[in-house]
Amino acid sequence: MIALALPAATTEEGFVAPTIDDTHYRDILPWGGEYGVLLEGGFGKQMLLTILSVVLIAAFFLVASRRNQLVPGKLQFLGESAYGFVRNSIGKDIIGGKEFLKYVPWLFTAFFFVLVNNIFGAVPFLQLPTFSHPGSAYGIAAIFFFLWVGIGLKRHGIRYFKLAVVPSGVPWYILLIVVPIEIISNFIVRPVTHSLRLFATMLAGHLIVTLAGSAIEYMVMTGNILLQGTSVLVLVGSVAMYMLEALIMILQAYVFTLLAAIYIEGALHADAH
Amino acid sequence: MLNAAIMAAEEGSNPLIPNLWELLVTVVGFAVLLFIVFKYVMPAFEKTFAERTEAIEGGIAKAEAAQAEANAALDEYKQQLVDARTEANRIREEARAEGAQILADLKEKAAAESARITEQAHVQIEAERQAAVVSLRAEVGTLATDLASRIVGESLADDARSGRVVDRFLADLETSSSAGASK
Repeated sequence: MIALALPAATTEEGFVAPTIDDTHYRDILPWGGEYGVLLEGGFGKQMLLTILSVVLIAAFFLVASRRNQLVPGKLQFLGESAYGFVRNSIGKDIIGGKEFLKYVPWLFTAFFFVLVNNIFGAVPFLQLPTFSHPGSAYGIAAIFFFLWVGIGLKRHGIRYFKLAVVPSGVPWYILLIVVPIEIISNFIVRPVTHSLRLFATMLAGHLIVTLAGSAIEYMVMTGNILLQGTSVLVLVGSVAMYMLEALIMILQAYVFTLLAAIYIEGALHADAH
Repeated sequence: MLNAAIMAAEEGSNPLIPNLWELLVTVVGFAVLLFIVFKYVMPAFEKTFAERTEAIEGGIAKAEAAQAEANAALDEYKQQLVDARTEANRIREEARAEGAQILADLKEKAAAESARITEQAHVQIEAERQAAVVSLRAEVGTLATDLASRIVGESLADDARSGRVVDRFLADLETSSSAGASK
């Protein structure tokens, strides 16, 4: 946000920091513009990358799981390890029981969909984590919001809402405070944070990389030898930020999937909480 | 935050307002991927996992069966060994008993034989003695007569002469008896 405020302080001649709009790639196919601000835009790089991620993930796992052998080859081993990681470390450990297997595909898809789309931000030339656009983050968080609310309703019926917001063994006068907090926390804050956590970290990382890139470009182009020298420091710093961002990309995919699993588990066992 | 959002909205697009097309593409992309995972990826991996588990557990079961079989065979062999030892002992015992029996029999037989031989010798000696007595009896008369006639043929008055006669007679008798024995 500091970066966003910077342009006001700079003069016309000085450094103009890139805004969020600058991080948006231009549209490839303009469409839907007439629907107003919400549907403004067209078919852009971000959507292309989203589709690319689906193709990449599907292709990899279809090939890796195509020829099943008891003693796996390298590719099959890689696929199995990836699948086994989500299945056991997230699905089995968090949801557990006998029914976790039903939700493994959801978690598996979420993990690799988010992971690959995040990693796009670290790939040269692509360099756009798709979840730095709010639409994608809202969309995937909404899918899981409807999933766990659906699971809760299916498992406990309409009583699920009562189980989810009324903790047992609490006196009524405390309930007056607790119930609204639980409603806000479970049904509003949860999906919002679920999406914003992913979106904000990706956008921030993307902005930092863009900012560093444009700063280096500006410094080198000034012709001022001192600024050109300083650009080396920015370059070193941006590489460090790039590494940190790469770590966050993987971490956020894991965190997103882990939270999804926790929410599903909470809905399944709403009566036990 | 709100200020910043408003500021951002004034300056450019609000970063929190989604592009609905992007939202749609994400949801559809996720749905397609989910379908593929549900339909192909997960069953394939789960099948492999199950097969692998089965293979490992089957292998363990097979190994256990083999172990049990080996134990059974070992028990059987041990039993057979014990049986064989018992049998050998029995046979040895029997042989010993049989040997003792044979030895006893032989001893008995030998004793009987020796008794028989002794008896036979006694009988023979008795018979020979009888024969000797008979022949002596037959001869005693002749000898006595012979001796008497000799004594009478000489002078009976001379003691020394009669002594000589008796001596000569006995020497003759010895000579004839030794000649008879050498005959």
